[in-house]
Amino acid sequence: MLRFALKRLMSLVVTLWVASLVIFLSLEVVPGDPAAFMLGLNAQEDTLAALRDELGLNKGPVERYTDWVGGMLVGDFGTSYTYRTPVSRMILDRVQVSLPLALYALTLSTLIAFPAGIWAAARRGKPTDIVVMGITQLGVAIPNFWFAMLMVLVFAINLRWFNAGGFAGWDAGFFPAMKSLTLPAIALALPQASILARVMRSSLLDTLNEDFIRTARAKGLSRRQALWRHALRNALIPVLTIIGLQFAFLLAGAIIIENVFFLPGLGRLVFQAISARDLIVVESVVMLLVFAVVLVNFLVDLAYAAVDPRLRGRR
Amino acid sequence: MNRNLAFGAGLTAVFVLAALISFAWVPQDVTQMDIANKIRPPSPAHPLGTDHFGRDILSMIMVGARTSIAVALVAVGIGMGLGVPLGLAAAARKGGWLDEVIMRANDLVFAFPSLLIAIMITAIFGASALNAIIAIGIFNIPVFARLTRSGALSLWTRDFVLAARVAGKGAARISFEHILPNVTNLLIVQGTIQFSLGILAEAGLSYVGLGAQPPTPSWGRMLADSQTMVSFAPHMALFPGLAILLTVLGLNLMGDGLRDLLDPRLRRDRQ
Repeated sequence: MLRFALKRLMSLVVTLWVASLVIFLSLEVVPGDPAAFMLGLNAQEDTLAALRDELGLNKGPVERYTDWVGGMLVGDFGTSYTYRTPVSRMILDRVQVSLPLALYALTLSTLIAFPAGIWAAARRGKPTDIVVMGITQLGVAIPNFWFAMLMVLVFAINLRWFNAGGFAGWDAGFFPAMKSLTLPAIALALPQASILARVMRSSLLDTLNEDFIRTARAKGLSRRQALWRHALRNALIPVLTIIGLQFAFLLAGAIIIENVFFLPGLGRLVFQAISARDLIVVESVVMLLVFAVVLVNFLVDLAYAAVDPRLRGRR
Repeated sequence: MNRNLAFGAGLTAVFVLAALISFAWVPQDVTQMDIANKIRPPSPAHPLGTDHFGRDILSMIMVGARTSIAVALVAVGIGMGLGVPLGLAAAARKGGWLDEVIMRANDLVFAFPSLLIAIMITAIFGASALNAIIAIGIFNIPVFARLTRSGALSLWTRDFVLAARVAGKGAARISFEHILPNVTNLLIVQGTIQFSLGILAEAGLSYVGLGAQPPTPSWGRMLADSQTMVSFAPHMALFPGLAILLTVLGLNLMGDGLRDLLDPRLRRDRQ
């Protein structure tokens, strides 16, 4: 187990290192000088030179790369070119929106998907199964930003139950803040829930075909008892993988939904930073998101290996 | 004939046909503004209404289908064109350094939040349909590489491959003559799914302004344009969204149907 964990940890470090190189190099080729961008067209040459110096743009690429990575290792993500504030503080502000939103959406998605998937599997081939599977087909196919717009039309504009956008802020209290995240969370959760329900159903059906279920049934358990007591626990592994992947996706992939609802999250931060040529913000936030994805996958892998010894030898 | 496949193929065919017909004929020129008739609800003259410039929404959706289908199709082409040879090579040299490098590179691409990187690419190199294609295509490469590799690995242990090796064929020839034809089914099914994901991704990118640029109509940008007018012109938001939904639904159903058709082992389990 320890060997497996160390091996996975090594590959995590290598992935992060290569990712940092890829991010840094791809932004090196971005046309445009951030200093010129900040000062505008009429900037004096000496002012530009002074600003470049201040931002560290005069240093060589190797030095800038090591400065960047070295800084991140001790929690210093640099200073934003446009806002002149530490990037770490900007990230902290935005994480307060993105992380709760991701968790909220994931919770909704799980709460919808588990009953739907189990219900469909238990009534395989019956009308309920067909209806649930039909709905999930629609859920996978619907563009979530369009679904978000329709919800705004119905629940914000017509019924006036929610605001059409913006974030109330945690200072306004827990419930107002959560209320402003509700429509975005539903919009994000619907496609995820549809995928998860399908995975839950097919994994459960696979497990129900196994010999140990037949044994359980032969011992006198009803189909339902066998499903709840024996099949469900064994069917959860692929479901948990998908939940892990979805969490990482929700953290980073909310960018379009954040745009629909004007939410000040991480995705919107990157989006704005790209258009303002604020490269240090782009680099650091993308790196942070890659770290989150890789870390979640690492933890999921470790959790499996702990639960299921067969998986340790694989890969 | 299975129902999913028939229904899915039918839906897909409607949009492909709409795109093809739009080359020859559209109800109204999509570059023509008609301010006197702006934001009209559906009527006999404009079956799906008009937008804020008075353009006919049906015509816009027909021409927009061209953009969506072209972007998604080429992105799948990039993914297959590069991913399949990589996957074949990795399987042929299983456990070797090439296999290791290819699979680790795949892990790396999977570690990046795909939408974010697509946005980064289009922002760095400029927003255009071509850059959207590249951004979506890059993420298709590991999908096809991984699928091809896993399909090919199980084939390499089979007797007919052994026979080919005894006959003196090299790894490259075996890969293309014996392995590739046997993983084609897998690739077709996955291709359909990636095609539908490509359409969703293109819609998302052009919704945030990073896809095809005006005046080329695209479904995502039609939705973005309609957003501020959704309260008094819901038809502007409704129809482009439905077009995306139905195309993606059609492709997904077709993918499911093809899988059932091409892989008889699954028929019993799925029903």
